[in-house]
Amino acid sequence: MSILVNKNTNVLVQGITGKEGSFHAQKCIEYGTKVIAGVTPFKGKTLFNDSVPVYNTIKEAKKEHKIDATMVFVPAGFAAAGVIEAIEAEIPLIVCITEGIPVTDMLNVKAALNCSKSFMIGPNCPGIITADECKIGIMPGFIHKKGRVGVLSRSGTLTYEAVNQLTKAGFGETTCVGIGGDPIIGSPFISFLKMFEQDPETDAVVMIGEIGGTAEEEASEYVKNHMKKPVIGFIAGKTAPAGKRMGHAGAIISGGKGTASDKLKTMEKNGIHIADNPSVIAETVKKALNVY
Amino acid sequence: MDIHEYQAKELLNKHGIKTLKSILCFKPDEVYDAYKTLSSSVAAVKAQVHAGGRGKGGGVKIAKSADEAKSIAEKMIGMNLVTAQTGKEGKLVKKVLVEEGAAIIKEFYLSLTVDRKNAAIAFVLSAEGGMEIEEVSKNHPEKILTVSVNPLYGLKSYHILEMSLFLGIDKNLFGGFSKLINLLYGAFIAEDMSMLEINPLILTGSDEFIPLDAKIILDDNADFRHPYFKDLIDEDEEEPLEVKAKSVGLNYIKLDGNVGCMVNGAGLAMATMDTIKEFGAAPANFLDVGGTADAKRVETAFNILLSDKNVKGIFINIFGGIVKCDMVAEGVVSAAKNIGLKLPVVVRLEGTNADEAAKIIENSGMNFVSAESLADGAKKISKIVNG
Repeated sequence: MSILVNKNTNVLVQGITGKEGSFHAQKCIEYGTKVIAGVTPFKGKTLFNDSVPVYNTIKEAKKEHKIDATMVFVPAGFAAAGVIEAIEAEIPLIVCITEGIPVTDMLNVKAALNCSKSFMIGPNCPGIITADECKIGIMPGFIHKKGRVGVLSRSGTLTYEAVNQLTKAGFGETTCVGIGGDPIIGSPFISFLKMFEQDPETDAVVMIGEIGGTAEEEASEYVKNHMKKPVIGFIAGKTAPAGKRMGHAGAIISGGKGTASDKLKTMEKNGIHIADNPSVIAETVKKALNVY
Repeated sequence: MDIHEYQAKELLNKHGIKTLKSILCFKPDEVYDAYKTLSSSVAAVKAQVHAGGRGKGGGVKIAKSADEAKSIAEKMIGMNLVTAQTGKEGKLVKKVLVEEGAAIIKEFYLSLTVDRKNAAIAFVLSAEGGMEIEEVSKNHPEKILTVSVNPLYGLKSYHILEMSLFLGIDKNLFGGFSKLINLLYGAFIAEDMSMLEINPLILTGSDEFIPLDAKIILDDNADFRHPYFKDLIDEDEEEPLEVKAKSVGLNYIKLDGNVGCMVNGAGLAMATMDTIKEFGAAPANFLDVGGTADAKRVETAFNILLSDKNVKGIFINIFGGIVKCDMVAEGVVSAAKNIGLKLPVVVRLEGTNADEAAKIIENSGMNFVSAESLADGAKKISKIVNG
């Protein structure tokens, strides 16, 4: 078991012929992901890597294939339109990798998403991976190993850091999700915590947050009220100055709100096991699961 | 990106929102002339810097004559304005806005921000105009109203009615207030703002609602559809090293410590800074070198780090995802040799071929130490810089 994606997930790639899109589509195929079709405007009726059919629109692709998920590599200026195209085509899972989408565009996407049949991950994220089954994203596949811990994160390489430790410590992972580093994202931590709580193979969840917004606080309330499985938390940005955007568009302390210390305080109060620095994430999981 | 008050007001004017007549000046003589031109019985001289809290810091003064305006400007232009938002080093004032006076009947606080939790645009209002809103929100949360507007439905008259009743605005003035709120909402979306703060919004003796101050933050991500954004950048307001880093495509933020940090990924970069602090040293910067971290990029990053004279040692923390660690290690060594780097460097490379990479680092003949984890590296570099 896992959440959202597995070895049977049929994946479409939007922007499959672009530089990033083609590189990562190929890496996903190598990992074992069922990439069944791609979309690039004006590249219809061609083949990607001599094997994956490319269509002009999702509508065209949908006539020929059953699509479970789409991986969006459309450039920032057009990405919101790409996501809305996927929403209109009722693609169940939308994973948007693109960084740099304007906030007002995401407000519209989010409004459309709320009255749709689709579930969205990202944007500005590494994607989602179920170890040894399906990778929809840009994370290095080799660090992942099938196991018992779910991973959620607003970051990219910091997630790899956690996954690497979990794999080396012998825990392995069920599914890992980069939820995105933007102020407005498709789905917050809570949506995934709910799924992990119900997934019989996930024994614990690692949640990696950072400064900005209040998503971690809301997630920790949820953990306290609705979860039996232990959640291990880390927050990046204790030393970040106020008012500065720390790389991610969403990582900013504004009006004194969204500091690491506020988040950690609330998380601890709500029973989340805190890892003081990223090097002790696996150790903290060990303690939380009483494994010695 | 932050912009100045005078630029913010120009943007509002573009959308039909009236502000008081004002003139931007760079010299005291220009301020004298501006006062005459405005032919108002009083005028405000306002320092144009990217920071709030200017009034308390002495950055906003009232003049009752052209001579007085000039003498205020003589002190203000060239001063280091320190406010709650500038840090103790303050900001050098290079220009001032001279603005006509107005008969103020009432002052309000009004802002529009992105409501992250509800994915909406939030209006925040208070009848306590001119006050620090953070203070009001802490001590008197009941004096603040937040109205979130779902972008799908848009701003509706009942939203504005709620705002108007909360602020105690007279029924006869609802038309003017409603028009202003609609224009502000339209401007916020049309110009891709992340924040629009008007503190205070005044009601004048002639029953007009006018933004007396305006602070706007624009969404950098939307610059592709607003070519004018780049014209609003004032490099005097930015940290010079950050400007330099940006021009070579690096995401860099200067901090106060002495450990230069080079990391791939924003989250890992923040976590690296935090861990250095945990082990007793302080980070000199945030730097996301990006996914590829090849020799050329690393060299550019070294040059930026070394421009900060506080830097006593460098910690490189790269999680090799798609790229192989030994390639990154070779790039780091060749970049360091190329620029003749003397400072001690701790390198932590994780991912494919990490062991080979560590060997390359240890055998480089440079002042390099390799580390096996983030914590190990942070511990080592902290020990080095703390002596």
